[in-house]
Amino acid sequence: MALYRALIELADDHLVLGHRLSEWCGHAPMLEEDLALSNFALDLIGTARSLYAYAAEVEGKGRSEDDLAYLRSEREYLNCLLVERLNGDFAHTMLREFYFAAFMEPFWQAALASTDKVIAGIAGKAVKEMAYHLRHAGEWIVRLGDGTEESAARMQAAVVDLHPYWEELFSGGDCDVLPDRAAIRPAWEASVKAVFAEANLDWPAPVYGQNGGRDGMHSEVLGRMLSDMQYLQRAHPGATW
Amino acid sequence: MGDVTPLWEVFIRPRNGLAHKHVGSLHAADEALALSAARDVYTRREEGTSIWVVRSEAIAASDPARASENFDPAADKIYRHPTFYMIPDDVGHM
Repeated sequence: MALYRALIELADDHLVLGHRLSEWCGHAPMLEEDLALSNFALDLIGTARSLYAYAAEVEGKGRSEDDLAYLRSEREYLNCLLVERLNGDFAHTMLREFYFAAFMEPFWQAALASTDKVIAGIAGKAVKEMAYHLRHAGEWIVRLGDGTEESAARMQAAVVDLHPYWEELFSGGDCDVLPDRAAIRPAWEASVKAVFAEANLDWPAPVYGQNGGRDGMHSEVLGRMLSDMQYLQRAHPGATW
Repeated sequence: MGDVTPLWEVFIRPRNGLAHKHVGSLHAADEALALSAARDVYTRREEGTSIWVVRSEAIAASDPARASENFDPAADKIYRHPTFYMIPDDVGHM
């Protein structure tokens, strides 16, 4: 079950972050970014689908990817707390995306060599998408951090707000066919360091990290998101279209 | 937003060997973000293999009011079309 659990953690990360990004649809400050964020959301939800489908197969109890996404409660969700954070302003959204992509890109890169063909297949598609998310979010962080007085202050505020959450990315159930998450940390730190230097952002002093997401202990914002996301399946069980 | 995010024209090359073709325009702060936005707005359905962006203000355009003096004189000069050459059979389709 180590594989099932690890797949669910990753799938939940992707679905929750994808849903968060989809909340920008129709609300982004410009059409170009509205499309970019919707593209990102679709990339993430697409990967989540592949991961759920494989998790359901590994579990072998006849559940579908939809069952896993729409019929599990908040405490059964194993995503890290970072991805459920509210969108906030563009600085918060881009930093959250950047932290996640800076983890997932090297993770999928390592997963390309997995002995599990399904995982290597998912990695092959996702690694390209994550490389782009990483670059796009990084470009925004540089421009906001090294931009106007207002944008720099907001960018630094986002760094402080999300500081308790990034470390949880490296925790979670590992298994022999998925890369060791803790081993991704040097690559993650190198990405963050490079962008922060260019963006003139300060890395805050260490704080007590928030975690618990991998054990299903979430902040209150996830419940609200799930009540939105799961409404249709809860109100009309088994509905299809 | 005009000052911070000027207008850019986007050109996409659909396949190797073809020329970049104008596909539309977008607003972006600089080259890198314009390329990024072009990728997200205009290549969602595998439209291309290469993107060019250029600031719209860098393009000099012909005056529509002068269309008749610019283009009409070519109308009756059929000899400018290379249609009077005999093409050897070996060349096949050209």
